[in-house]
Amino acid sequence: MTDAAPGAENEAPIDAAIDVAIDAAIDAVFRRERARVLATTIRAAHGDFDLAEEAVQDAFTAALARWPVEGVPDEPRGWLIAVARHKAIDAIRRRIKLRAIVADAPDDISASPDAGALALPDDRVRLIYTCCHPALAREAQIALTLRTLGGLTTDEIARAFLTSPVTMAQRLVRAKSKIKAAGIPYEVPEPSQLAERTGAVMAVVYLIFNEGYAATAGDAWIRRDLCREAIRLGRLVAELTRDPEAIGLCALMLLHDARRDARTDAHGDLVLLEDQDRSRWDRAQIDEALAWVPIALRGGPGPYSLQAAIAALHAQAARAADTDWPQIAALFDALLARQPSPIVALNRAVAIAMWRGPAAGLPLVDALAGELADYHLWHAARADLLRRLGRHAEAAAAYHAALARAGSEPERRFLAKRLAEARASDGESG
Amino acid sequence: MQYLLLIYDAEKIWTDMPEAERGKMFHEYMTYTEDIKAAGQLLAGNALQPVHTATTVRVRDGKTTVTDGPFAETREQLGGFYLVEAKDLDEATKLAARIPSARIGSIEIRPIMTFDS
Repeated sequence: MTDAAPGAENEAPIDAAIDVAIDAAIDAVFRRERARVLATTIRAAHGDFDLAEEAVQDAFTAALARWPVEGVPDEPRGWLIAVARHKAIDAIRRRIKLRAIVADAPDDISASPDAGALALPDDRVRLIYTCCHPALAREAQIALTLRTLGGLTTDEIARAFLTSPVTMAQRLVRAKSKIKAAGIPYEVPEPSQLAERTGAVMAVVYLIFNEGYAATAGDAWIRRDLCREAIRLGRLVAELTRDPEAIGLCALMLLHDARRDARTDAHGDLVLLEDQDRSRWDRAQIDEALAWVPIALRGGPGPYSLQAAIAALHAQAARAADTDWPQIAALFDALLARQPSPIVALNRAVAIAMWRGPAAGLPLVDALAGELADYHLWHAARADLLRRLGRHAEAAAAYHAALARAGSEPERRFLAKRLAEARASDGESG
Repeated sequence: MQYLLLIYDAEKIWTDMPEAERGKMFHEYMTYTEDIKAAGQLLAGNALQPVHTATTVRVRDGKTTVTDGPFAETREQLGGFYLVEAKDLDEATKLAARIPSARIGSIEIRPIMTFDS
């Protein structure tokens, strides 16, 4: 870019403004359609992710050159898919000279496709299952899902997971290389495996959300871009699979995310659920999720739906004191039966403490010492109950233990503050 | 007698090798293969895809688990092999899960390298 010549000052800004507007419109189309165009192109490229990504890039480059002149087509997605498929098939012909494979494809795919091109099945379903295939490591599944379906750049994903762009790029290259070399199929799993494979997809989406909701390391405790991306992916999975648990997962993420503005104060310090200003919760988002919860619960109900039901009870309490703790404890019982894990048991113990008092909860928390002694939130939960019981010296020791294990800066600041308070109270009483 | 000759080397040596030297090694491999074939001693042989393409299959309590990587435990020893034809990794996984030792040990699936001629 060079500065406009003197004398062109009056016209150039107008032209530039129009260009910017068209570029922005095209950019919006790309962001919206990239995953679908890519998913279909991967199928046309016989499962070759790299070749398909190049073809999609070429199609977008072609659109950038032609749309400002010819206008944005009526069906931009169909246009992009047709061009990308054409480029992919061309590349296959050039690359491996196996004309036989593509002999049935028409020679000249017009760049202005008929409506038939739009009747394509939604290939994003294949893409989701392939990215979350169990033969890929979890980290690779997450990176690949965010890159192909989520449309985050490699740099953005690297930043979100606090690794270097080089490391993240290598992870993506290796994952794509494994898909190709090991023959991971670009297919929707057969019915006998569908439930398990959908479970793996949901686990990836929820991991992305959780890293955004409570970052395990770094300065910011909440990474909103990751939460937003996970919710977008969750909606997609729910829409494509219509699995009640996927609907439950969506509701759960929407309910948690609705509290985002109240979960930290002006200094970025975290605010506990009971201390949050509930008028700052996103009511529209809560209402949307509350409509989904009963639909999700009709499906079984599975762990995500039960967690959504618990989050819904919190969302429906006007004040912390109005929380229906007996009902929440009952839902944790059901969740523990389906998903026996020490973390779920810890949450159940806390709910019982809120319902029946800290003295009832403490033995349940203590019983988990063997499994959770390295988990900072176990120490923090224990510290909180000891604090409520007025056992300040023991509370201080537990806050100290939690602090030694906490990852993110805001969590550490919160625990340090509570530790100081507990020590002060201990000084007063002792 | 029949013997299985297993080839172990560090992948990094291959990737760091200058192109000319790698070409020389490939050429040596081709010569060696031709030699033992001519001598009637070659039964089968293949190059494997790099280890990052490996997948490990285990069956426990009737449930098949699939994980990324060559996760054979050090207390497990290589006990045999099958070279199979399958349309994709999912089909290969099913074949692997039916091997009796999948229930007590693990089956590592490694794709075979194919060379464009």
